[in-house]
Amino acid sequence: MQGYEVLFQGNNFLRLLGGLWVTIRISLISIALSLVLGIFLGAAMRMKNKAVRAVCRSYLEFVRIMPQLVLLFIVFFGIVKATGLNLSGEVSAVIVFTVWGTAETGDLVRGAFDSVPKHQYESAQALGLDRFGVYRYVILPQAVRILIPNLINLSTRMIKTTAFVSLIGVTEVLKVGKQIIDANRYDAPDAALWVYGAIFFMYFIICFPLSLFSRKLAKKYKQN
Amino acid sequence: MKLLSIKKIIAAISAAAVALSLAACSGSDNKGSADAGSDNLYRTVDEIKESGKIDIGVFSDKNPFGYVDNNGEYQGYDVYFAKRIAADLGVELNLVSVEAANRVEYLTTGKVDIILANFTVTAERAEKVDFALPYMKVALGVVSPDSAVITSADDLSGKKLIVVKGTTAEQFFTENYPDTELVKFDEYNEAYSALQDGRGDAFSTDNTEVLAWAMQNPGFTVGIESLGSLDTIAPAVTKGNESLLNWLNDEIKGLAGEQFFHADYDATLAQVYGDTVDKENLVVEGGVVE
Repeated sequence: MQGYEVLFQGNNFLRLLGGLWVTIRISLISIALSLVLGIFLGAAMRMKNKAVRAVCRSYLEFVRIMPQLVLLFIVFFGIVKATGLNLSGEVSAVIVFTVWGTAETGDLVRGAFDSVPKHQYESAQALGLDRFGVYRYVILPQAVRILIPNLINLSTRMIKTTAFVSLIGVTEVLKVGKQIIDANRYDAPDAALWVYGAIFFMYFIICFPLSLFSRKLAKKYKQN
Repeated sequence: MKLLSIKKIIAAISAAAVALSLAACSGSDNKGSADAGSDNLYRTVDEIKESGKIDIGVFSDKNPFGYVDNNGEYQGYDVYFAKRIAADLGVELNLVSVEAANRVEYLTTGKVDIILANFTVTAERAEKVDFALPYMKVALGVVSPDSAVITSADDLSGKKLIVVKGTTAEQFFTENYPDTELVKFDEYNEAYSALQDGRGDAFSTDNTEVLAWAMQNPGFTVGIESLGSLDTIAPAVTKGNESLLNWLNDEIKGLAGEQFFHADYDATLAQVYGDTVDKENLVVEGGVVE
Protein backbone atom coordinates (compact mmCIF):
# COMPACT_ATOMS: atom_id res chain seq x y z
CA MET A 1 0.00 0.00 0.00
CA GLN A 2 1.23 3.49 -0.84
CA GLY A 3 1.85 5.85 2.06
CA TYR A 4 -0.74 8.45 1.10
CA GLU A 5 -3.49 5.82 0.78
CA VAL A 6 -3.24 5.25 4.53
CA LEU A 7 -4.79 8.68 5.12
CA PHE A 8 -8.00 7.55 3.46
CA GLN A 9 -8.21 3.99 4.82
CA GLY A 10 -11.24 3.30 7.02
CA ASN A 11 -12.13 6.48 8.85
CA ASN A 12 -8.54 7.61 9.36
CA PHE A 13 -9.05 11.08 7.94
CA LEU A 14 -12.11 11.68 10.11
CA ARG A 15 -10.15 10.48 13.13
CA LEU A 16 -7.36 12.96 12.34
CA LEU A 17 -9.95 15.74 12.15
CA GLY A 18 -11.44 14.49 15.43
CA GLY A 19 -7.96 14.69 16.97
CA LEU A 20 -7.55 18.17 15.57
CA TRP A 21 -10.83 19.17 17.21
CA VAL A 22 -9.50 17.95 20.58
CA THR A 23 -6.38 20.08 20.01
CA ILE A 24 -8.46 23.13 19.09
CA ARG A 25 -10.93 22.63 21.95
CA ILE A 26 -8.22 22.42 24.63
CA SER A 27 -6.35 25.40 23.13
CA LEU A 28 -9.39 27.64 22.71
CA ILE A 29 -10.77 27.08 26.21
CA SER A 30 -7.32 27.59 27.74
CA ILE A 31 -6.60 30.70 25.68
CA ALA A 32 -9.99 32.25 26.53
CA LEU A 33 -9.57 31.58 30.27
CA SER A 34 -5.96 32.80 30.16
CA LEU A 35 -7.03 36.08 28.56
CA VAL A 36 -9.60 36.86 31.23
CA LEU A 37 -7.44 35.78 34.18
CA GLY A 38 -4.29 37.25 32.61
CA ILE A 39 -5.78 40.75 32.53
CA PHE A 40 -6.38 40.58 36.29
CA LEU A 41 -2.91 39.16 36.85
CA GLY A 42 -1.39 41.93 34.75
CA ALA A 43 -3.26 44.53 36.82
CA ALA A 44 -2.03 42.87 40.02
CA MET A 45 1.53 42.91 38.71
CA ARG A 46 1.31 46.68 38.34
CA MET A 47 0.05 47.30 41.86
CA LYS A 48 2.23 49.28 44.25
CA ASN A 49 1.87 46.65 46.98
CA LYS A 50 5.19 44.81 47.07
CA ALA A 51 3.77 41.61 48.57
CA VAL A 52 1.22 41.25 45.74
CA ARG A 53 3.93 41.90 43.16
CA ALA A 54 6.24 39.32 44.76
CA VAL A 55 3.49 36.68 44.75
CA CYS A 56 2.72 37.37 41.08
CA ARG A 57 6.40 37.31 40.18
CA SER A 58 6.97 33.95 41.93
CA TYR A 59 3.92 32.50 40.20
CA LEU A 60 5.21 33.64 36.80
CA GLU A 61 8.74 32.34 37.43
CA PHE A 62 7.44 29.02 38.75
CA VAL A 63 5.31 28.41 35.66
CA ARG A 64 8.10 29.51 33.33
CA ILE A 65 10.73 27.31 34.94
CA MET A 66 8.55 24.18 35.14
CA PRO A 67 8.35 22.33 31.82
CA GLN A 68 4.72 22.03 30.70
CA LEU A 69 5.06 18.26 30.70
CA VAL A 70 5.97 18.25 34.40
CA LEU A 71 2.97 20.49 35.16
CA LEU A 72 0.71 18.09 33.24
CA PHE A 73 2.00 15.12 35.26
CA ILE A 74 1.61 17.03 38.53
CA VAL A 75 -2.01 17.89 37.80
CA PHE A 76 -3.03 14.59 36.19
CA PHE A 77 -1.27 12.17 38.57
CA GLY A 78 -0.20 14.34 41.52
CA ILE A 79 -3.63 15.66 42.45
CA VAL A 80 -5.10 12.15 42.69
CA LYS A 81 -2.29 11.08 44.99
CA ALA A 82 -2.63 14.15 47.20
CA THR A 83 -6.40 14.52 47.35
CA GLY A 84 -8.09 11.53 45.74
CA LEU A 85 -9.66 13.90 43.22
CA ASN A 86 -9.52 12.11 39.86
CA LEU A 87 -9.36 14.65 37.02
CA SER A 88 -9.76 13.56 33.41
CA GLY A 89 -6.86 14.12 31.02
CA GLU A 90 -8.63 16.89 29.17
CA VAL A 91 -9.60 18.81 32.32
CA SER A 92 -6.01 18.47 33.58
CA ALA A 93 -4.76 19.79 30.25
CA VAL A 94 -7.07 22.83 30.37
CA ILE A 95 -5.97 23.56 33.96
CA VAL A 96 -2.27 23.39 33.08
CA PHE A 97 -2.56 25.43 29.90
CA THR A 98 -4.68 28.02 31.68
CA VAL A 99 -2.20 28.27 34.56
CA TRP A 100 0.63 28.69 32.05
CA GLY A 101 -1.31 31.00 29.70
CA THR A 102 -2.50 33.22 32.55
CA ALA A 103 1.05 33.74 33.77
CA GLU A 104 2.31 34.61 30.31
CA THR A 105 -0.69 36.80 29.46
CA GLY A 106 -0.34 38.62 32.79
CA ASP A 107 3.27 39.40 32.02
CA LEU A 108 2.39 40.59 28.52
CA VAL A 109 -0.38 42.85 29.90
CA ARG A 110 2.02 44.25 32.50
CA GLY A 111 4.69 44.82 29.86
CA ALA A 112 2.25 46.52 27.48
CA PHE A 113 1.02 49.00 30.10
CA ASP A 114 4.54 49.61 31.42
CA SER A 115 5.76 50.43 27.95
CA VAL A 116 3.36 53.36 27.61
CA PRO A 117 5.58 56.33 28.58
CA LYS A 118 4.83 57.98 31.92
CA HIS A 119 4.27 61.38 30.32
CA GLN A 120 1.23 59.93 28.53
CA TYR A 121 -0.45 59.33 31.90
CA GLU A 122 0.56 62.77 33.14
CA SER A 123 -0.47 64.64 30.00
CA ALA A 124 -3.85 62.89 29.99
CA GLN A 125 -4.41 63.93 33.61
CA ALA A 126 -3.32 67.46 32.79
CA LEU A 127 -6.04 67.54 30.16
CA GLY A 128 -8.54 66.99 32.94
CA LEU A 129 -9.43 63.37 32.26
CA ASP A 130 -10.45 61.33 35.28
CA ARG A 131 -8.73 58.01 36.00
CA PHE A 132 -11.20 56.05 33.87
CA GLY A 133 -10.80 58.50 31.03
CA VAL A 134 -7.02 58.30 31.15
CA TYR A 135 -7.12 54.54 30.65
CA ARG A 136 -10.06 54.45 28.25
CA TYR A 137 -8.93 57.14 25.82
CA VAL A 138 -5.16 57.39 26.18
CA ILE A 139 -3.42 54.39 27.73
CA LEU A 140 -5.56 51.45 26.60
CA PRO A 141 -5.38 52.17 22.85
CA GLN A 142 -1.58 52.38 23.05
CA ALA A 143 -1.18 49.31 25.25
CA VAL A 144 -3.50 47.16 23.14
CA ARG A 145 -1.52 47.72 19.96
CA ILE A 146 1.57 46.33 21.71
CA LEU A 147 -0.41 43.57 23.38
CA ILE A 148 -2.36 42.00 20.51
CA PRO A 149 0.52 40.70 18.35
CA ASN A 150 2.16 39.26 21.47
CA LEU A 151 -1.06 37.55 22.56
CA ILE A 152 -1.49 35.96 19.15
CA ASN A 153 2.08 34.76 19.33
CA LEU A 154 1.35 33.19 22.71
CA SER A 155 -1.82 31.56 21.32
CA THR A 156 0.03 29.80 18.50
CA ARG A 157 2.64 28.64 21.02
CA MET A 158 -0.12 27.23 23.22
CA ILE A 159 -1.78 25.44 20.29
CA LYS A 160 1.49 23.73 19.37
CA THR A 161 2.32 22.78 22.95
CA THR A 162 -0.96 20.87 23.33
CA ALA A 163 0.81 17.98 21.57
CA PHE A 164 2.10 17.06 25.05
CA VAL A 165 -1.37 16.08 26.27
CA SER A 166 -1.13 12.66 24.63
CA LEU A 167 1.20 11.79 27.51
CA ILE A 168 -1.71 12.08 29.94
CA GLY A 169 -3.96 9.94 27.79
CA VAL A 170 -5.68 12.60 25.68
CA THR A 171 -5.79 11.51 22.05
CA GLU A 172 -5.12 14.72 20.15
CA VAL A 173 -4.19 15.04 16.49
CA LEU A 174 -0.53 14.02 16.78
CA LYS A 175 -1.40 10.91 18.80
CA VAL A 176 -4.04 9.89 16.25
CA GLY A 177 -1.32 10.27 13.62
CA LYS A 178 1.04 7.96 15.53
CA GLN A 179 -1.77 5.42 15.92
CA ILE A 180 -2.45 5.48 12.18
CA ILE A 181 1.24 5.11 11.29
CA ASP A 182 1.63 2.24 13.71
CA ALA A 183 -1.53 0.40 12.66
CA ASN A 184 -0.13 0.34 9.11
CA ARG A 185 3.54 -0.18 9.93
CA TYR A 186 3.65 -3.56 8.18
CA ASP A 187 1.48 -2.68 5.16
CA ALA A 188 2.70 0.85 4.49
CA PRO A 189 6.09 1.49 6.10
CA ASP A 190 6.41 4.91 4.43
CA ALA A 191 3.08 6.21 5.78
CA ALA A 192 4.84 8.33 8.42
CA LEU A 193 5.86 11.02 5.95
CA TRP A 194 2.31 11.39 4.63
CA VAL A 195 0.57 11.30 8.00
CA TYR A 196 2.98 13.80 9.57
CA GLY A 197 2.67 15.88 6.41
CA ALA A 198 -1.11 15.98 6.82
CA ILE A 199 -0.76 16.94 10.49
CA PHE A 200 1.72 19.68 9.62
CA PHE A 201 -0.83 21.02 7.18
CA MET A 202 -3.58 20.94 9.81
CA TYR A 203 -1.49 22.86 12.36
CA PHE A 204 -0.56 25.26 9.60
CA ILE A 205 -4.21 25.92 8.73
CA ILE A 206 -4.96 26.88 12.33
CA CYS A 207 -1.80 28.80 13.17
CA PHE A 208 -1.08 30.58 9.90
CA PRO A 209 -4.23 32.77 9.85
CA LEU A 210 -3.35 33.79 13.41
CA SER A 211 0.19 34.74 12.38
CA LEU A 212 -1.16 36.58 9.37
CA PHE A 213 -3.65 38.46 11.54
CA SER A 214 -0.89 39.39 13.96
CA ARG A 215 1.34 40.65 11.14
CA LYS A 216 -1.53 42.68 9.72
CA LEU A 217 -2.22 44.29 13.09
CA ALA A 218 1.45 45.06 13.63
CA LYS A 219 1.59 46.74 10.22
CA LYS A 220 -1.58 48.71 10.85
CA TYR A 221 -0.32 50.11 14.15
CA LYS A 222 3.05 50.95 12.67
CA GLN A 223 1.38 53.22 10.13
CA ASN A 224 -0.55 55.12 12.80
CA MET B 1 -12.77 53.87 41.53
CA LYS B 2 -12.16 51.50 38.67
CA LEU B 3 -8.82 50.36 39.99
CA LEU B 4 -10.19 49.96 43.48
CA SER B 5 -12.75 47.48 42.26
CA ILE B 6 -10.05 45.56 40.40
CA LYS B 7 -8.09 45.36 43.64
CA LYS B 8 -11.14 43.97 45.37
CA ILE B 9 -11.57 41.33 42.69
CA ILE B 10 -7.93 40.34 42.98
CA ALA B 11 -8.29 40.07 46.74
CA ALA B 12 -11.34 37.88 46.27
CA ILE B 13 -9.51 35.65 43.79
CA SER B 14 -6.49 35.27 46.08
CA ALA B 15 -8.79 34.44 48.99
CA ALA B 16 -10.52 31.83 46.88
CA ALA B 17 -7.17 30.36 45.80
CA VAL B 18 -5.99 30.11 49.42
CA ALA B 19 -9.28 28.51 50.43
CA LEU B 20 -8.99 26.01 47.58
CA SER B 21 -5.45 25.02 48.43
CA LEU B 22 -6.40 24.65 52.10
CA ALA B 23 -9.29 22.44 51.08
CA ALA B 24 -6.91 20.42 48.94
CA CYS B 25 -4.50 19.99 51.86
CA SER B 26 -7.17 18.95 54.30
CA GLY B 27 -8.49 16.62 51.64
CA SER B 28 -5.25 14.65 51.72
CA ASP B 29 -5.73 13.86 55.41
CA ASN B 30 -8.95 12.01 54.82
CA LYS B 31 -8.77 11.01 51.19
CA GLY B 32 -11.04 8.08 51.97
CA SER B 33 -13.98 10.41 51.66
CA ALA B 34 -13.27 10.80 47.98
CA ASP B 35 -13.51 7.13 47.15
CA ALA B 36 -16.26 5.51 49.12
CA GLY B 37 -14.71 4.63 52.43
CA SER B 38 -11.60 2.89 51.14
CA ASP B 39 -8.17 4.23 52.05
CA ASN B 40 -6.73 3.22 48.72
CA LEU B 41 -6.98 4.53 45.21
CA TYR B 42 -7.55 1.12 43.66
CA ARG B 43 -10.85 -0.72 43.19
CA THR B 44 -11.53 -4.28 44.31
CA VAL B 45 -13.26 -6.83 42.06
CA ASP B 46 -16.58 -6.18 43.84
CA GLU B 47 -16.27 -2.43 43.35
CA ILE B 48 -15.49 -2.91 39.65
CA LYS B 49 -18.49 -5.22 39.21
CA GLU B 50 -20.69 -2.79 41.08
CA SER B 51 -19.64 0.10 38.83
CA GLY B 52 -20.30 -2.04 35.74
CA LYS B 53 -17.12 -0.88 34.01
CA ILE B 54 -13.44 -1.79 34.08
CA ASP B 55 -10.64 0.56 33.02
CA ILE B 56 -7.75 -1.24 31.33
CA GLY B 57 -4.65 0.59 30.11
CA VAL B 58 -3.31 -0.59 26.75
CA PHE B 59 -0.99 0.80 24.11
CA SER B 60 -2.70 2.51 21.20
CA ASP B 61 0.33 2.53 18.89
CA LYS B 62 2.23 -0.71 19.46
CA ASN B 63 1.12 -3.00 16.68
CA PRO B 64 0.53 -5.99 17.10
CA PHE B 65 0.15 -5.84 20.92
CA GLY B 66 -2.12 -2.85 21.35
CA TYR B 67 -3.06 -0.51 18.52
CA VAL B 68 -5.99 1.27 16.92
CA ASP B 69 -6.90 0.00 13.47
CA ASN B 70 -7.99 2.08 10.47
CA ASN B 71 -11.58 2.02 11.68
CA GLY B 72 -10.66 3.44 15.07
CA GLU B 73 -11.09 0.10 16.90
CA TYR B 74 -8.56 -1.17 19.44
CA GLN B 75 -6.85 -4.40 18.32
CA GLY B 76 -3.93 -6.60 19.30
CA TYR B 77 -2.76 -9.40 21.56
CA ASP B 78 -3.21 -7.37 24.77
CA VAL B 79 -6.58 -5.98 23.67
CA TYR B 80 -7.90 -9.47 22.86
CA PHE B 81 -7.15 -10.47 26.46
CA ALA B 82 -8.62 -7.23 27.85
CA LYS B 83 -11.91 -7.95 26.08
CA ARG B 84 -12.02 -11.41 27.63
CA ILE B 85 -11.34 -10.03 31.14
CA ALA B 86 -14.24 -7.60 30.83
CA ALA B 87 -16.52 -10.33 29.48
CA ASP B 88 -15.66 -12.71 32.32
CA LEU B 89 -16.19 -10.00 34.93
CA GLY B 90 -19.48 -9.20 33.24
CA VAL B 91 -18.66 -5.51 32.93
CA GLU B 92 -18.21 -2.98 30.16
CA LEU B 93 -14.65 -2.49 28.89
CA ASN B 94 -13.10 0.97 28.88
CA LEU B 95 -9.70 0.95 27.16
CA VAL B 96 -7.34 3.76 28.15
CA SER B 97 -4.43 4.68 25.90
CA VAL B 98 -1.19 4.63 27.92
CA GLU B 99 2.46 5.28 27.10
CA ALA B 100 5.48 3.20 28.07
CA ALA B 101 6.68 5.99 30.35
CA ASN B 102 3.46 6.44 32.37
CA ARG B 103 2.23 2.85 32.80
CA VAL B 104 3.34 2.65 36.45
CA GLU B 105 1.82 6.04 37.33
CA TYR B 106 -1.57 5.04 35.92
CA LEU B 107 -1.65 2.16 38.42
CA THR B 108 -0.24 3.97 41.46
CA THR B 109 -2.90 6.65 41.04
CA GLY B 110 -5.71 4.20 40.32
CA LYS B 111 -6.50 5.86 36.98
CA VAL B 112 -6.86 2.36 35.52
CA ASP B 113 -7.63 -0.98 37.18
CA ILE B 114 -5.25 -3.10 35.09
CA ILE B 115 -2.33 -2.38 32.79
CA LEU B 116 -2.15 -4.73 29.82
CA ALA B 117 0.43 -2.88 27.77
CA ASN B 118 3.14 -5.38 26.84
CA PHE B 119 4.43 -4.84 30.38
CA THR B 120 7.72 -6.71 30.92
CA VAL B 121 8.13 -8.00 34.46
CA THR B 122 11.20 -6.49 36.16
CA ALA B 123 12.27 -6.42 39.81
CA GLU B 124 12.31 -2.63 39.78
CA ARG B 125 8.72 -2.36 38.52
CA ALA B 126 7.53 -5.09 40.91
CA GLU B 127 8.36 -2.74 43.80
CA LYS B 128 5.74 -0.29 42.58
CA VAL B 129 3.02 -2.47 41.04
CA ASP B 130 1.79 -6.04 41.48
CA PHE B 131 2.27 -8.34 38.49
CA ALA B 132 -0.15 -11.20 37.88
CA LEU B 133 0.90 -14.43 36.14
CA PRO B 134 2.57 -13.93 32.75
CA TYR B 135 0.71 -14.43 29.47
CA MET B 136 3.63 -13.97 27.09
CA LYS B 137 7.41 -14.24 27.01
CA VAL B 138 10.15 -12.64 24.96
CA ALA B 139 13.76 -13.60 24.43
CA LEU B 140 16.39 -12.77 21.83
CA GLY B 141 16.05 -13.80 18.20
CA VAL B 142 18.67 -13.93 15.46
CA VAL B 143 17.78 -13.11 11.85
CA SER B 144 20.09 -13.91 8.95
CA PRO B 145 19.95 -14.12 5.12
CA ASP B 146 18.37 -17.22 3.58
CA SER B 147 21.67 -17.96 1.82
CA ALA B 148 23.48 -18.54 5.11
CA VAL B 149 20.98 -19.07 7.91
CA ILE B 150 22.43 -19.06 11.41
CA THR B 151 20.58 -21.65 13.48
CA SER B 152 22.62 -21.75 16.68
CA ALA B 153 24.58 -19.20 18.66
CA ASP B 154 27.72 -21.35 18.30
CA ASP B 155 27.57 -20.87 14.52
CA LEU B 156 28.27 -17.19 15.13
CA SER B 157 31.78 -17.83 16.41
CA GLY B 158 34.18 -15.69 14.38
CA LYS B 159 31.31 -14.13 12.44
CA LYS B 160 29.95 -10.60 12.40
CA LEU B 161 26.78 -10.09 14.41
CA ILE B 162 24.90 -6.80 14.15
CA VAL B 163 23.43 -5.44 17.40
CA VAL B 164 21.89 -2.17 18.55
CA LYS B 165 23.80 -0.39 21.34
CA GLY B 166 22.30 -0.68 24.80
CA THR B 167 20.04 -3.63 24.00
CA THR B 168 19.96 -6.93 25.87
CA ALA B 169 21.39 -8.57 22.72
CA GLU B 170 24.61 -6.54 22.97
CA GLN B 171 24.99 -7.46 26.63
CA PHE B 172 24.14 -11.13 26.12
CA PHE B 173 26.63 -11.77 23.30
CA THR B 174 29.41 -9.76 24.95
CA GLU B 175 29.08 -11.85 28.10
CA ASN B 176 28.36 -15.29 26.69
CA TYR B 177 29.85 -15.43 23.20
CA PRO B 178 33.07 -13.39 23.23
CA ASP B 179 34.19 -15.07 19.98
CA THR B 180 31.41 -13.34 18.07
CA GLU B 181 32.45 -10.09 16.46
CA LEU B 182 29.81 -7.44 17.23
CA VAL B 183 28.96 -4.68 14.76
CA LYS B 184 27.15 -1.98 16.77
CA PHE B 185 24.64 0.63 15.67
CA ASP B 186 22.65 3.33 17.45
CA GLU B 187 19.36 2.87 15.62
CA TYR B 188 17.25 -0.08 14.58
CA ASN B 189 16.87 1.13 10.99
CA GLU B 190 20.66 1.47 10.63
CA ALA B 191 21.08 -2.08 11.92
CA TYR B 192 18.52 -3.44 9.47
CA SER B 193 20.13 -1.63 6.52
CA ALA B 194 23.50 -3.04 7.58
CA LEU B 195 22.04 -6.54 7.53
CA GLN B 196 20.54 -5.95 4.09
CA ASP B 197 23.85 -4.59 2.78
CA GLY B 198 25.73 -7.64 4.06
CA ARG B 199 27.80 -5.68 6.57
CA GLY B 200 27.17 -8.50 9.03
CA ASP B 201 26.24 -12.18 8.97
CA ALA B 202 23.22 -11.84 11.25
CA PHE B 203 21.31 -9.40 13.45
CA SER B 204 20.06 -10.01 16.97
CA THR B 205 17.49 -8.22 19.11
CA ASP B 206 14.11 -9.09 20.76
CA ASN B 207 12.56 -12.04 18.98
CA THR B 208 9.19 -10.26 18.57
CA GLU B 209 11.03 -7.55 16.63
CA VAL B 210 13.11 -9.77 14.29
CA LEU B 211 10.21 -12.16 13.62
CA ALA B 212 7.98 -9.33 12.43
CA TRP B 213 10.79 -7.85 10.34
CA ALA B 214 11.65 -11.17 8.65
CA MET B 215 7.98 -11.57 7.67
CA GLN B 216 8.12 -8.26 5.83
CA ASN B 217 11.51 -8.82 4.23
CA PRO B 218 11.70 -11.88 1.99
CA GLY B 219 15.18 -13.37 1.76
CA PHE B 220 15.73 -13.31 5.52
CA THR B 221 14.91 -15.97 8.10
CA VAL B 222 14.88 -16.03 11.87
CA GLY B 223 17.15 -19.06 12.41
CA ILE B 224 17.17 -18.71 16.20
CA GLU B 225 13.75 -17.82 17.59
CA SER B 226 14.50 -17.89 21.30
CA LEU B 227 17.84 -17.31 22.95
CA GLY B 228 19.18 -15.93 26.20
CA SER B 229 17.26 -15.14 29.36
CA LEU B 230 13.49 -15.08 29.09
CA ASP B 231 11.55 -11.97 29.97
CA THR B 232 7.92 -12.43 30.82
CA ILE B 233 5.03 -10.11 30.07
CA ALA B 234 2.19 -9.94 32.56
CA PRO B 235 -0.86 -7.87 33.53
CA ALA B 236 -0.23 -5.51 36.42
CA VAL B 237 -2.52 -4.04 39.08
CA THR B 238 -2.09 -1.33 41.72
CA LYS B 239 0.23 -2.43 44.55
CA GLY B 240 -1.84 -4.10 47.23
CA ASN B 241 -4.93 -4.79 45.14
CA GLU B 242 -5.03 -8.46 46.13
CA SER B 243 -8.64 -8.91 45.22
CA LEU B 244 -8.08 -8.08 41.56
CA LEU B 245 -4.65 -9.76 41.48
CA ASN B 246 -6.09 -13.06 42.71
CA TRP B 247 -8.98 -12.82 40.30
CA LEU B 248 -6.55 -12.26 37.40
CA ASN B 249 -4.33 -15.19 38.42
CA ASP B 250 -7.36 -17.48 38.63
CA GLU B 251 -8.54 -16.17 35.27
CA ILE B 252 -5.18 -16.87 33.60
CA LYS B 253 -5.02 -20.36 35.11
CA GLY B 254 -8.60 -21.04 34.08
CA LEU B 255 -8.02 -19.92 30.49
CA ALA B 256 -5.27 -22.56 30.05
CA GLY B 257 -7.98 -25.22 29.64
CA GLU B 258 -9.17 -23.70 26.39
CA GLN B 259 -5.64 -22.66 25.28
CA PHE B 260 -6.89 -19.07 25.19
CA PHE B 261 -3.55 -17.42 24.49
CA HIS B 262 -2.89 -19.74 21.55
CA ALA B 263 -6.19 -18.54 20.09
CA ASP B 264 -5.14 -14.97 20.93
CA TYR B 265 -1.87 -15.55 19.04
CA ASP B 266 -3.74 -16.89 15.99
CA ALA B 267 -6.11 -13.92 16.01
CA THR B 268 -3.56 -11.14 16.45
CA LEU B 269 0.12 -12.13 16.18
CA ALA B 270 0.00 -14.78 13.43
CA GLN B 271 -0.55 -12.19 10.71
CA VAL B 272 2.62 -10.40 11.76
CA TYR B 273 4.92 -13.31 12.66
CA GLY B 274 3.68 -15.85 10.12
CA ASP B 275 2.74 -19.48 10.50
CA THR B 276 6.26 -20.83 10.51
CA VAL B 277 7.08 -19.42 13.96
CA ASP B 278 6.87 -21.77 16.92
CA LYS B 279 4.10 -20.25 19.07
CA GLU B 280 5.58 -21.86 22.17
CA ASN B 281 8.47 -19.37 21.96
CA LEU B 282 6.09 -16.49 22.66
CA VAL B 283 2.86 -17.71 24.22
CA VAL B 284 2.54 -18.52 27.92
CA GLU B 285 -0.49 -20.58 28.92
CA GLY B 286 -1.81 -20.75 32.50
CA GLY B 287 1.04 -18.56 33.73
CA VAL B 288 3.50 -21.46 33.47
CA VAL B 289 6.89 -20.60 31.94
CA GLU B 290 9.07 -23.66 31.24
